[in-house]
Amino acid sequence: MGLTDASADKIILWVVVPYVTFAVLVVGSVWRYRYDKFGWTTRSSELYEKRLLRWGSPLFHFGLLFVVLGHFLGLVVPKSWTEAVGVSEAQYHFVATWMGSLAALVAVAGLLILIYRRRATGPVFLATTKTDKLMYVFLAGSLLSGAWATVQTQVIAAGHGYDYRETISPWFRSLWYLQPEPALMAGVPAAFQVHITVAMLLFALWPFTRLVHAFSAPVQYPFRPYVVYRSREASVSSRAPRPGWDPTNTPPR
Amino acid sequence: MKVMAQMSMVMNLDKCIGCHTCSVTCKQAWTNRTGMEYVWFNNVETRPGLGYPRTYEDQDTWQGGWVRTKRGKLKLRAGGRAKKLATIFANPKLPSIHDYYEPWTYEYDMLLSAPQGEHTPVAKPKSLLTGDDMSIQWSANWDDDLGGSTATMQDDPILKHMSEHVAEELEQTFMFYLPRICEHCLNPSCVASCPSGAMYKRVEDGIVLVDQDQCRGWRMCVTGCPYKKVYFNHKTGKAEKCTLCYPRIEVGLPTVCSETCVGRLRYLGLVLYDADKVGAAAAIEDEHDLLAAQRSVFLDPDDPEVVAAARREGIPDDWITAAQRSPIWKLIHDYEVALPLHPEYRTLPMVWYIPPLSPVVDVVASSGNDGEDGRTLFAAISQLRIPLEYLAGLFTAGDTAPVERVLRRLAAMRSGMREVNLGREFPEETATAVGMTADQVQEMYRLLAIAKYEERYVIPTAHTEVARELEEMACSLDFEGGPGMGGAGPFGSSSGTPTPVAVENFHALAARQTADSPYGPTTPGRVNLLNWDGNGRPSGLFPPGDIGGGAAGEGGDGADEEGRP
Repeated sequence: MGLTDASADKIILWVVVPYVTFAVLVVGSVWRYRYDKFGWTTRSSELYEKRLLRWGSPLFHFGLLFVVLGHFLGLVVPKSWTEAVGVSEAQYHFVATWMGSLAALVAVAGLLILIYRRRATGPVFLATTKTDKLMYVFLAGSLLSGAWATVQTQVIAAGHGYDYRETISPWFRSLWYLQPEPALMAGVPAAFQVHITVAMLLFALWPFTRLVHAFSAPVQYPFRPYVVYRSREASVSSRAPRPGWDPTNTPPR
Repeated sequence: MKVMAQMSMVMNLDKCIGCHTCSVTCKQAWTNRTGMEYVWFNNVETRPGLGYPRTYEDQDTWQGGWVRTKRGKLKLRAGGRAKKLATIFANPKLPSIHDYYEPWTYEYDMLLSAPQGEHTPVAKPKSLLTGDDMSIQWSANWDDDLGGSTATMQDDPILKHMSEHVAEELEQTFMFYLPRICEHCLNPSCVASCPSGAMYKRVEDGIVLVDQDQCRGWRMCVTGCPYKKVYFNHKTGKAEKCTLCYPRIEVGLPTVCSETCVGRLRYLGLVLYDADKVGAAAAIEDEHDLLAAQRSVFLDPDDPEVVAAARREGIPDDWITAAQRSPIWKLIHDYEVALPLHPEYRTLPMVWYIPPLSPVVDVVASSGNDGEDGRTLFAAISQLRIPLEYLAGLFTAGDTAPVERVLRRLAAMRSGMREVNLGREFPEETATAVGMTADQVQEMYRLLAIAKYEERYVIPTAHTEVARELEEMACSLDFEGGPGMGGAGPFGSSSGTPTPVAVENFHALAARQTADSPYGPTTPGRVNLLNWDGNGRPSGLFPPGDIGGGAAGEGGDGADEEGRP
């Protein structure tokens, strides 16, 4: 198998688009980090509203962390490895489906609360940029299409459901060792195809939205001394300052 | 011994008239931006009162500062590193905007553009968060001068710790003002709370700052600071705080709040301390010992061993000299009249206060006695438990003895100086009664009452030869409309690079005024009028050897400094 077996549209969708997405994600993030360290933030709206955020945000984020973990196990770890340590297909399917569904349920519930909050709370809605709205479309799109793919092909399907570890996972890994095999994606159910496509668009959008805060998860915090000292020399910025400031204004209504 | 220098402040509360000039000038200099409407790096609170944000001192609610564990270790009250990371998606202890106040403006345009009608048009208040009409419920100094305090004062966290029936009585007996800025603590809990490592204490002068490029808006610092002096800019999504006006301090100027203080009650100067002792001092068991523990961290700048150690640490000689001349060191160590705000938070704060004697004097005077008489004052200080306990709740974790000692020293100074004013000698026994000599008390009087600008603010300039470049000297194409495009970036108006610290300093001004540019005057040493900002009369403003004998003639001699208050 290889590139020669696949049709042109398959090559575009399952080889070109993934690599372009990856390039945009990496180059875009590096560029954003260099150009816009100041804009690299969670842009928290907790100051405006706490009651809904207190539920929605942890639900969404913790749910998503488990979803990411599940994707890692499903896509990166080959089937042969799990079988080598004695996990049968049935066991894998059971755990993946139910844990995955639970994580998806939690994340979707959190996302719905967050979207409702964003629309219904005046100051939060006013602080929402156009980029945020676009990002929400793709974020919700990939989350919901992924959840639907799980439900359709795993939960309500007969037997062990669709075994994506024979098709999607090898295709995903083939991209990484630069031997892309788009033909593997030929027979994949439409729900998964939609999910993967929307997710790739989300990753291409990633560096240009507030989602970049995911890359600055403070993993180093537990390992540093509590009080940070810095010398004046090190703290002097080498970048050109931007003149000006925004005057205090009533937001447009 | 690891010697470090700390720029610190002392405020003499007896002289604060609660005029809010410090707050207003600070706001104009630093926080008149969108996203910062509710932010007051400097605020003035009427005490007793709720403070800003409301009841910030109630750490059972807000969980700021450190606590000592049973094993004698320090722990952040809001939880350690694991809990911080676990609650990172929604900080449970963050004050909401309503604990500060919802910022507003008025619809001023309505006053001009309203159509002719029967009634006079009014400028309605409009929320700066939603743009809607709003009813104003609270603001940064809503209970100023005890306004409305009968309704709110029982919520004052200090009063709550005192006996129950105190509140009303207290309202009749005393009131004072408490100006607050960031404490630039030796053991800052905000810095410890920051998951990103964006907050730091500067090695050279101990100023606590937020790196705007590194802050990711996790908001843990707001919870961590027990004084609630780190604020969240809701426009940029970054934390901001009082910078002790470091661009001014670096060039030897006092902070804006100090510079503009009409009561001249603020003092700025260096304190040398032993960084190795900070942890142990902050973790001392008894809260009442924290004051003494913090004092023991400080190092005597006149001690030759300390000077030698400071030199080994690379502290420049002019900084050591400044530490020796520091008014802060005198007030904290020599006269022992300055006390820290809430030492029980265990952050070792470095903005100290001289507690006010005036509430006591007022009571004595209003009861028909002589408010300047030493013995009457001494008796009143020990009898008036309420002011004493309240001040102790603020400055000594509830221990009245140190507050009483300070008030007695201030009373001795007051009564002794009256004798001097009446043409008599300063009574030595008054001074010895409070453990000082008459000369010492009079020196203290000089520092507290008539010290000039240079004595109140002893600020060594930063050594810029150490720094690669100054903040404002960056050469760039990043001007309005230029290739680096100022203004809004593609991710909204707060993206791109941060707004620079744009405080003019006089060195830069002088350099610009005498710049050797192609558009400058032809005579060397003359001021380029195109660059002159209209302030003061720099040397070289007028031609040498002025002909015609105008009013400007005698102005050319020497280096005229700009007008100083």
